[in-house]
Amino acid sequence: MRKALQKRMEAQKYVWEGAIPLQIHLHESQVTTLPPPPPALILAPRIGYLPLLVPLIKPHFRSTLPPGVDTIWFEYRGLPLKWYIPTGVLFDLLCAEPERPWNITVHFRGYPGNVLIPCDGEDSVKWSFINSLKEAAYIINGNCKNVMNMSQSDQLELWHSVMNGRVPVRLYVWGLSEDFDDLEDISQVDSWEKISYVNRPVEIHKEGKCFTLHDAMKNLLPEFFSDESLSDSKLAGVDFEDVQKIPSEDVSSNKVVEDRGQNAYEHREACYISSSAEIKLIRIQGIEPKLEIPFSWLVNNLLNPDHFLHICVCVKVPQ
Amino acid sequence: MCLATLEVFWTVIEVMMDVCNWDGTVSAKDFRIGALSFAQKWESLNSAFPPWSWVPCPKHSWLASHELLQEEGYLSLENICISRPNEEDIDQNSQTDPGEEETSCSEKEDDIDDATLVQSNHHELHYCDFHVVYSYTFRVPVLYLRAYCSDGRPLLLDEIEKELPACSSKELPETKWAFITQEEHPYLKRPWYKLHPCGTSEFMKLLFLGGDTAQPKLEVVLELYLLSWFSAVGQVVGLTIPCKMLNDR
Repeated sequence: MRKALQKRMEAQKYVWEGAIPLQIHLHESQVTTLPPPPPALILAPRIGYLPLLVPLIKPHFRSTLPPGVDTIWFEYRGLPLKWYIPTGVLFDLLCAEPERPWNITVHFRGYPGNVLIPCDGEDSVKWSFINSLKEAAYIINGNCKNVMNMSQSDQLELWHSVMNGRVPVRLYVWGLSEDFDDLEDISQVDSWEKISYVNRPVEIHKEGKCFTLHDAMKNLLPEFFSDESLSDSKLAGVDFEDVQKIPSEDVSSNKVVEDRGQNAYEHREACYISSSAEIKLIRIQGIEPKLEIPFSWLVNNLLNPDHFLHICVCVKVPQ
Repeated sequence: MCLATLEVFWTVIEVMMDVCNWDGTVSAKDFRIGALSFAQKWESLNSAFPPWSWVPCPKHSWLASHELLQEEGYLSLENICISRPNEEDIDQNSQTDPGEEETSCSEKEDDIDDATLVQSNHHELHYCDFHVVYSYTFRVPVLYLRAYCSDGRPLLLDEIEKELPACSSKELPETKWAFITQEEHPYLKRPWYKLHPCGTSEFMKLLFLGGDTAQPKLEVVLELYLLSWFSAVGQVVGLTIPCKMLNDR
């Protein structure tokens, strides 16, 4: 019992301390000095949000900014980044082959209001976060009340009830029409139209056997599953026992993979699910769990502070 | 069109929902049945008003709809003018003595109605699109809205609140059943305004209290669900249900 609790605390520490090294470049249209300023190097918490980094970024570029009102937004290779999606999720979703440091661009002008919801800094992030938290509380509890006032024991009780009801999940599905062997070969996401956002809870009914990630994916993306058996096709990934051995100062899941002496990315086998489409990749908190992993482990260990499980999926679809 | 108050509505309801077991929510499938039925009824009884239409939406933009197990979508009512004529302008114009105008124009001036007068005073007309979308989290319908000028410029929340005062944060404090937030439209992926659904299931449950036990068809029950939901939510944005729809049972 104590060992299980200790393991859970280690995994939670991993989540809470996970960070993405960012190299933030000022967009060339806003550079007013020669030579242009060097990029800002920032370690961004996975569970945080990009606008919260502004107090660190702004001083770095202050002397080179043009005069006027700032409306700050971020972009990765031309794609405006949605500020209400946690930083780690954006990285897992948009960087198929994880790029370290992650090179993104900051803009202080020209906010794309037709694509992005306005952001007035920390308050907007706070508001969005609390709304998500209330939504998660509703999914688990059946009501939005008392979210902010829960005691420690109430929170523990909350998690016991989760596995007999609904689990808050946000699924981001990137559909690719081309096949690939290597993640580096994938073309960039150039539009949010290519990504389906599925914000719906996973319904769990306690049956005899264990409810796995595979069962959860079937629940969320039934259109990808035929009735055929999937016993001989697996996604290569990190075993969850190995995840619990990760030292807390690591910032990436790659280290674990490399330590094991295999390159899981090269030997990945596609999961053939239906004749028309296949799931190529599933990432949660930077980890690629095997489909057989108990879903309860993911829920107990990899939730974001908003109490949602954010799952990034890459699928190959027919032309 | 007459305003449908909740009291009037209660007297015409004949359906009994088992209050103890029902939590006021519906499934996605039931929402679609109710929505289609509601749209059909609206069109047949409300021909003076633009119709609601069901817009099917693929769950994934890159997946052909025939591969989907279940059709998803939302109800749409678009290009509704929400501008009111400015009372000040009407008073000013009524004070003008047509007899003093050029004789060649005076006859034409008499035929001009209020709407034209409003436009000629350079008031932009404001329009609104309404979408009714199913929420998987709250398991109830949710109203999304988007307002804009005739040139397409989107309206900000304070401009919307001027046209639809019941939407304002003063009228809908957080402790009540709904408030407005700006959020990404679940299917169109653009910023829209949403009437927050937390509490919808509670008032839906209340709406169905009491009454006799006549057991109608599922479609009728679900249509009634949408009708009831709309009678409360629609008032907030100035859309009302004609009495004909309520009486046609």
